[in-house]
Amino acid sequence: MIETALQDLWYGFGVALEPHNLMYCFLGVLVGNLVGVLPGMGPVATISILLPLTFGMPPVPAILMLSGVYYGAQYGGAICSILLNLPCHPPHAVTCLDGFPLTQQGKGGTALGITIVAAFIGASFGITEMIFLAPFLVSVALKFGPAEVCSLMLVGLLAGSTLARGSPLKGIAMTVLGLLIGIVGTDIETGEARFTFGITELYDGVEIIALALGMFGIAEFMNSINNTEAVDMKYAKVGIADMFPSRADLKLAFWPMIRGTFIGSLCALIPGTGPTIASFVSYATEKKISKTPERFGRGAIEGVACPEASTHSSVQGDFIPTMSLGIPGDTVMALLLGALIIHGIVPGPQLISQHADIFWGLIASFWIGNILLVILNVPMIGVWVKLLSIPYRYLYPSALFFVCIGVYAANNDMFQVGETLAIGVAGYVLLRLDFHPAPILLGFVLGPRFEENFRRSLLISRGDLMTFIERPISAFFLSICVLLIVAQIYVWLRKPKFIEEERSIETQLPAAPYSELTG
Amino acid sequence: MTSRFVLKRDYYAGGLMLLLGTGAAVMGSGYRFGTLARMGPGFLPVVLGVVLAFLGILIAGTALASSEPDDKRFLPDNPQWFGWLCILGGPVLFIILGTFGGMIPAIFACVFVCALGDKSATLKSSAILAAGVTVFGVLLFHYLLNVPFPLLRGVNL
Repeated sequence: MIETALQDLWYGFGVALEPHNLMYCFLGVLVGNLVGVLPGMGPVATISILLPLTFGMPPVPAILMLSGVYYGAQYGGAICSILLNLPCHPPHAVTCLDGFPLTQQGKGGTALGITIVAAFIGASFGITEMIFLAPFLVSVALKFGPAEVCSLMLVGLLAGSTLARGSPLKGIAMTVLGLLIGIVGTDIETGEARFTFGITELYDGVEIIALALGMFGIAEFMNSINNTEAVDMKYAKVGIADMFPSRADLKLAFWPMIRGTFIGSLCALIPGTGPTIASFVSYATEKKISKTPERFGRGAIEGVACPEASTHSSVQGDFIPTMSLGIPGDTVMALLLGALIIHGIVPGPQLISQHADIFWGLIASFWIGNILLVILNVPMIGVWVKLLSIPYRYLYPSALFFVCIGVYAANNDMFQVGETLAIGVAGYVLLRLDFHPAPILLGFVLGPRFEENFRRSLLISRGDLMTFIERPISAFFLSICVLLIVAQIYVWLRKPKFIEEERSIETQLPAAPYSELTG
Repeated sequence: MTSRFVLKRDYYAGGLMLLLGTGAAVMGSGYRFGTLARMGPGFLPVVLGVVLAFLGILIAGTALASSEPDDKRFLPDNPQWFGWLCILGGPVLFIILGTFGGMIPAIFACVFVCALGDKSATLKSSAILAAGVTVFGVLLFHYLLNVPFPLLRGVNL
């Protein structure tokens, strides 16, 4: 099995190193790194804007580029946290706690250097995990009938809405709302138009780009306009020479990195727990097992290494359920799944065998992309630091233009721009009512496939709902759902100590002017 | 005890979900419901609508049951009416000018109006930014990416 995996990987490198694909991979990580550095821009909005521009491309470079934006943004996000104390990317919010004190002590360069080492180790492990685990998951998933797929999606939806931050009830409500938005349009089986209010443009359903850019673009700008403080660049001076950590620092950071990597890769496998949760859990763990916990929060190098390693390993591992099962774990993955569907690729267990070039090419491009990012970040650190000082008042008008033209370019249709605006206003109202928009996208992307499989499984069982319980794999997934709900009720009633501890870390974070909820 | 009945944000949140859920269920009941074995197009909308309405009641109910005060309001402490107007006005102008004028006026107006929304923005700074983004946008989207969007309608550039 290892041998075939290595052979496939070799083939993947062949795909990813084709000049055309390599160029788009580089473009993706470059844009990702850029938006990661810019406060107030996130990977969700960026991928949505770039998505329409990939329509004319073959699917392989398109997916390589869009994925590159996601993991490239993780490299940039850490710079923002460490040098400016701005937690503008949720997965890197924890890094502020120790990264910024290090910067104040003049060791910001070291922190950045450690971050890059941790990122590379974490990402490498995440990719390796994907190489071996994804084919295994596929061999299991190929046995699934519609009932199993349905129950699995239910697990994904429930985990995605309850394990994220915020109230689980509201998360579930948002998932259901997303499913309802997914229903808009023509019914596949009967051809009846549903929830279209007689608007012809809605017969094809709500555009995924309009939904993502409304929720994560327009609503986001409404939230942060005139709400951002001037960026304090006092400490943000870093040269290449400062970036190489000393042997003592590396020694101190080594085990935290390994532990962080491990926690991150575990979190990647549980649907709904993306990089943000991984970074919180690993920081809390590291603080607990440290012999000198009082150093945390005052510039402990471990407090930077550990969450960064876990974020990156979780980011790469996130691709496993998306690519092998077709069940996205978070917003970015939901968007990438949408991109696959737009490019005519059916997500699910058959993806690896039918589109081996995409799957193995993607994995190979992860390696290449991560190496490119290390190269980009060490010599060019001065450029990224300069970019940090671009004020928000120049950023958001330009970003809004990109939103408009991106949505327009999807169908060359002005109606979509209006649709995005309407969704944006609704998204802002939901944001003010403490609803997190991330599960909406999850429900929206999975909705049509959920309905299709639900109908099919009941057609096969002649309307007998027991089919979901009688089939053992499906029953297993449903029991996980029950477990998730019971656990939520337990947490709500008893408020266990470890949850409280994590909350207390969250309250120490500097207030984020941006609420981009990509994590 | 009286504070329990002071309007919390979660009452609005629950109410909104109840409204949306009921609306979806009522609209969905207009489509054929079908049976479990042969579901019609109305089956899932009705079921999801009912679930959403139920969740709305639960959200409002848990807010009623919890004694924690909710001091946040629906509107932020410093509502940015002018900023919001500019953010929404920019894309609206993009639609109008894009339909009747072309890409150049659409980009310029969109960025210009959006930029005015910031407290520290002046007419001059917004115009400079808008001009810069317009040049960049035209180069990127018209010449490099060939997005089918005439630069100026009626003028063949």
